[in-house]
Amino acid sequence: MSASLATAAYIGATILFILSLGGLSSPATSRRGNIYGMIGMTIAVLATVFGPRVSMAGLPWIMVAMLVGGSVGLIAARTVKMTQMPELVALMHSLVGLAACLVGFANYIDPVAAANLTSAEKAIHEIEIYIGILIGAITFSGSLIAFGKLSAKIGGKPLLLPGRHVMNLTGLLVVIYFGGVFMHAESVSAGMIALAVMTVIALLFGIHMVMAIGGADMPVVVSMLNSYSGWAAAATGFMLNNDLLIVIGALVGSSGAILSYIMCRAMNRNFISVIAGGFGTGGGKAPAAKGDAQPAGEVVSISAVETAELLRESKNVVIVPGYGMAVAQAQHTVYEIAQYLREHGVNVRFGIHPVAGRMPGHMNVLLAEARVPYDIVMEMDEVNADFPDTDVTLVIGANDIVNPAAQEDPNSPIAGMPVLEVWKAKTSIVMKRSMASGYAGVDNPLFYKENNRMLFGDAKKMLEEVFVALKS
Amino acid sequence: MRIGIPAETLAGEKRVATVPEVVEKLIKLGFKVSVQSGAGDAANCSDDTYRAAGADIIEGAAELWADSDIVFKVTVPTSTEVELMREGGVLIGFIWPAQNPELMQQLAAKKTTVLAIDALPRMLSRAQKMDALTSQAGVAGYRAVIEAANVFGRFFNGQITAAGKVPPAKIFIAGAGVAGLAAIGTAAGLGAIVRANDTRAEVADQVKSLGGEFVKVEYEEEGGGGGGYAKVMSEGFLQAQREMYAKQAREVDIIITTALIPGKPAPRLITAEMVQGMKSGSVIVDMAAERGGNCELTEPGQAVVKHGVTIVGYTDLNSRLAKQSSTLYANNLFRLTEELCKTKDGIINVNMEDDAIRGLTVIKDGAITWPAPPPKLPAAATKPVVAKAIAPAPAHGAPSAPMSSTKLAVMFGVAALFFWVIGANAPAAFLGHFTVFVLACFVGYMVVWNVTPALHTPLMSVTNAISSIIAIGALVQIAPPLMGVGVPRPDDWIRWLAMFGIVLTSINMFGGFAVTQRMLAMFRK
Repeated sequence: MSASLATAAYIGATILFILSLGGLSSPATSRRGNIYGMIGMTIAVLATVFGPRVSMAGLPWIMVAMLVGGSVGLIAARTVKMTQMPELVALMHSLVGLAACLVGFANYIDPVAAANLTSAEKAIHEIEIYIGILIGAITFSGSLIAFGKLSAKIGGKPLLLPGRHVMNLTGLLVVIYFGGVFMHAESVSAGMIALAVMTVIALLFGIHMVMAIGGADMPVVVSMLNSYSGWAAAATGFMLNNDLLIVIGALVGSSGAILSYIMCRAMNRNFISVIAGGFGTGGGKAPAAKGDAQPAGEVVSISAVETAELLRESKNVVIVPGYGMAVAQAQHTVYEIAQYLREHGVNVRFGIHPVAGRMPGHMNVLLAEARVPYDIVMEMDEVNADFPDTDVTLVIGANDIVNPAAQEDPNSPIAGMPVLEVWKAKTSIVMKRSMASGYAGVDNPLFYKENNRMLFGDAKKMLEEVFVALKS
Repeated sequence: MRIGIPAETLAGEKRVATVPEVVEKLIKLGFKVSVQSGAGDAANCSDDTYRAAGADIIEGAAELWADSDIVFKVTVPTSTEVELMREGGVLIGFIWPAQNPELMQQLAAKKTTVLAIDALPRMLSRAQKMDALTSQAGVAGYRAVIEAANVFGRFFNGQITAAGKVPPAKIFIAGAGVAGLAAIGTAAGLGAIVRANDTRAEVADQVKSLGGEFVKVEYEEEGGGGGGYAKVMSEGFLQAQREMYAKQAREVDIIITTALIPGKPAPRLITAEMVQGMKSGSVIVDMAAERGGNCELTEPGQAVVKHGVTIVGYTDLNSRLAKQSSTLYANNLFRLTEELCKTKDGIINVNMEDDAIRGLTVIKDGAITWPAPPPKLPAAATKPVVAKAIAPAPAHGAPSAPMSSTKLAVMFGVAALFFWVIGANAPAAFLGHFTVFVLACFVGYMVVWNVTPALHTPLMSVTNAISSIIAIGALVQIAPPLMGVGVPRPDDWIRWLAMFGIVLTSINMFGGFAVTQRMLAMFRK
């Protein structure tokens, strides 16, 4: 295959990738979009393998590597539970990061890559390698920590080292300094030392960055790492003079950046402050000192049987799921209840907050897994106006995203965060294991509202009881 | 301890202080319950249902009173009843201590403890579940509309039928307290056009929320009198109010009045003149009849026709809906009992430290403790600071407000500087790639904003799969065709690094697409 033909194939692949992302604008076209992505990837890989830059001698190696990797990937994709999606995605980001590092190192020690370059071109090439490995390493270690946090192998609490901003800044300066050393290195082995030092610092930085971020901010982190993995690919593309990599890297990078932005806005948080870390600790101290912000009123609990009665007698029901539903694996029971009610003429809908769960769109995937039709799954803005006409809202394992303090108490750490206004419904029922506060560490005045009832217990168990009571 | 439920003795009273469903709950709290035989008959609660719920049925009031540690009553007890009461017993019910000083003396003489449900500090939000005034007023408000509908000669809702067009009834409700609001909701539910007025301007929103229209008096004065009641207004205001009422009287078909001022006779809102001004066949339901009536022509306890207008002055609206009133009242008393018996062992503890209980208790062990000092109000109730300043973030995908021009200028300046630096220094080949990069960022921006939030997880997994395009980087390194550069190449190192890279990226590639496909297959209509 000639070089021109390979380039043409790359252009085709690029278009297919863009179409693939475009297909996700609605669930109806999304499956086709994913298939476009697969075709694009196949074309890109084939065009490379049979293109001018790979000789036939490499073919067996490639086959073996792809066979091994592909089967691992397929098995993982088949066995993963939908509640584990955030972990899987984080883990996959780390693979991209590591791969970017490896390609960077391989490229650096390859004399062919840097041959025939002018001095300016060589400098740029080396910067590209350096940045590519830097981003790759941060993505790798950061994603591994995010994976650990999401799968609860590492505690969700933010780890705040003293002087962490100073540490990060020092790290950055050291990285820049070694960048200079790397550029002026006489030989590959001399440059290797600078490169290795930078990689270690980048790895530590990635660990430190994600460790400092609290559980509620995980959606931002996951989408941010998604973005990084894209930029790593783009940097690799610059390094290899490959436009396809640049385009795809930029697409993925900006996609992740937009997602992070959406997530930050849904929490009314500044992107920088999320990355700087410490939500729920630094911000949480202020309200604790303010005694008069304690919610007035008292908590009224309700039984599963009474909940079932309330549901049966209502016309409009909105179900608001949160991370608790994912933890309890209650999505199937939730839908059984919803289906039963719908069959009996109750208008049941789901209200999804953008940051419900641990990654963007987490709740939607869980509900889809439970076969909830997507046209009754509403976004926050779609459903918020309807709460005054709603008879019962059922809040399942959510806390901060339904906290009225965000609107009512300007001193609350979550003030200004858009929330689902469940308290405007005639009755709201909150299912919770205990009265503990959410990840943001903020007390929730909703629980003390007079039209609110608490249904304590494990979400799945309680919902099953509600369902039994409904049917009887 | 034993809770006794006597039959109500007041003529025409059909309510009962507890219902069988609540008896069960009381027994769960550890109490024994006795019910006087026939106490619930008028409220459709037979002796058998009480017995089934676990209560003991006792013949005769004397025996019941003597046998009970705690007595639940609805209406104010008569002196005969107090005579029957056991020394040092507990009485819970309506007492109205301000209006009944002799009764208070008599109860105190018997060394009793009395909790007057009407003395509940209503401003405490946690007291609302025990607020029997509210629950009873709500029932009465509902019934007032039903009574009006009963004597009104037309439909409430407008209809266009084959037999002609029916205009909707117009209803004016004076006083938007609990009873007024219940009446607004009920009347609006029947399809009438509902207007309402109250001296407290802040209830306007509540009126609207129930489907009514708030009619203002064109005069500036604040009418909130504390404790959820209205206060007496100035002469200028009253003049303006009278004009407004006269105008409404001429226009509407039905007037329901609910205006009460604590400790005073009901305000005269509707004069004989206004009644004359009403259309023939109109209806007035005067819910304040017991306290003298809001209408000059009301005859308490009667429905009379004057100047062609039916004026309903029933004072027993709650008894006319005895089952509902009793159930709600029983629940109020049950909530109160829960507060009194936090240990759930059937023994009550009248804790005078508790604001709600302190307010309710008018006699403690024979000592008159009424009136209670004003309760310490929770911070939230003193002055609700509504933070309007908090503007919610703009809706997803909605165009955000344009940036300020200075900010924009700075951004363009920085960008220009950045591009100038790159253009001045970078070689041509790099610029070509850079162009592609910048354009791709913009394409990504445009495409991704269109992704529906429901698909954000699949978006992440598909972008993740796509980013394994980095495999190409590894592929081109694994075995490039020899170019004869003449430099020794560490082939093995590169090959193993590249091979490992391919393994990693193919995990991503295959895994990512497969899991996305799996997820997307689940999204269905």
